[in-house]
Amino acid sequence: MPAEPCPSTTDFAALVARMVRRHLGAQCAVTRQTRLSGGASQESWAIEVRGPGVVEKLVLRRVPAVVERRREVKRPAGSANEARLMQIMKPRGVPVPTVRWILDAQDGLGEGFVMDWMDGETIGRKIVRDAAYARARENLAFDCGAALARIHLTPRDELPALRETHPQEYLDGTFREYERQGHRRPVFEMAFQWLRQHIGRLDPALCLVHGDFRTGNYILGQDGLRGVLDWEIAHIGHPMEDLGWFCIGSWRFGQVDLPAGGVGSREALFAGYESAGGRVDAQAVRFWQVMGSLTWGLDCVEFAREFQRGDRTVERAAIGRRASENEIDLLRLLNPREPR
Amino acid sequence: MHPPPSRLELLEIVAEFLRKDLLPKLEGATAFHTLVAANVLDIVRRELALTPDAEAAERQRLERLLDTTGPLETLNDALCLAIREGRIGPDTPGLWDHLWATTLDTLAVDQPGYAAYRLEAARTINPQEGSA
Repeated sequence: MPAEPCPSTTDFAALVARMVRRHLGAQCAVTRQTRLSGGASQESWAIEVRGPGVVEKLVLRRVPAVVERRREVKRPAGSANEARLMQIMKPRGVPVPTVRWILDAQDGLGEGFVMDWMDGETIGRKIVRDAAYARARENLAFDCGAALARIHLTPRDELPALRETHPQEYLDGTFREYERQGHRRPVFEMAFQWLRQHIGRLDPALCLVHGDFRTGNYILGQDGLRGVLDWEIAHIGHPMEDLGWFCIGSWRFGQVDLPAGGVGSREALFAGYESAGGRVDAQAVRFWQVMGSLTWGLDCVEFAREFQRGDRTVERAAIGRRASENEIDLLRLLNPREPR
Repeated sequence: MHPPPSRLELLEIVAEFLRKDLLPKLEGATAFHTLVAANVLDIVRRELALTPDAEAAERQRLERLLDTTGPLETLNDALCLAIREGRIGPDTPGLWDHLWATTLDTLAVDQPGYAAYRLEAARTINPQEGSA
């Protein structure tokens, strides 16, 4: 994703400098500050800090005050919870960047936290395609499965308070969002009908779910999976939600025959999941893959609506036209034209 | 009547200018947004070229499925409600063919480079040869 230089908001730069001094010492100064794009509802900044005998690379993640997303189902957990979850995951064997501190009122930067910079690749297209990552991809689907199982097996009493979304509420809320958007699509209607017919078969047990675990939201190094990112919509939900979301067509970045995030087979993903103590329900993964393509389709429409409400960037305007890729992915799931 | 070049040719040359002349001189977010802007012009060009025929065919299929006539949007809404209420469903003859044809036509405008589209479109044109 492209980086852009810090905008000329000197207030913001001054606040970041003050925060760094508060947390790392009076002699520390910010020597570089670069906006990392890619976050749909959060900003990330790469920050280089120098002090006496210290050079640190950090990432500041914050929620810009202006963003008001009208979402019913995918509600954010809050920055403090996001940071707390990453701290809980690390000793459980889920690779994550180290959280350094959580922003407080005195920082004056709103909601957010600071973590260590982690080297590696996050751009989906490069992760699935670049020859340089061929070795790193070998066990990637397996390792992603294992990381997901470790997330899902976290005891509930170790977790901060998170929203709990039962599959039926997830489906009902998603349908209400679709209705509010006001643009009817027959393929989405077929998907809703299919989901209504199959929801009764889901195992009722819920657990911690990452909510946005996909290629593009983890850091890949030459050695493989390094850090799971973007915990902002983590919640208590159905465990197979994460596996289905990981497999939707949009996150394969062109590697259409590698269902596990464009980097591996379903079998490898499932084997990794079971190796770490999880139990796969392949029918339920399919359910959540249908749900995932449907909700990503609605997300694309929602981004386009934000453009119409005044977030006037060409990127926002264009993304509405990505809704239709989900229609073909849904048809491939609901009415496949070849035996597989 | 406007003399040539046509609006399609005009859109094409502007997109080409953005990609080939402007883009190499830019970097960062501006370069990225310029590429997106060129892609948007391509979408509009394909929509102008392809949509009239695609929508005529879509309307014909809808009239057959619903056994009624009307504007495209009304027919499409009627199909959506019929699916929701279970009057039309997976076993209705012609439904899947309609959904596939409409979806492929939409992707041909929005995102002809999407891998699943390329695979399925090749299968439609040349069904005996299987996957691309």
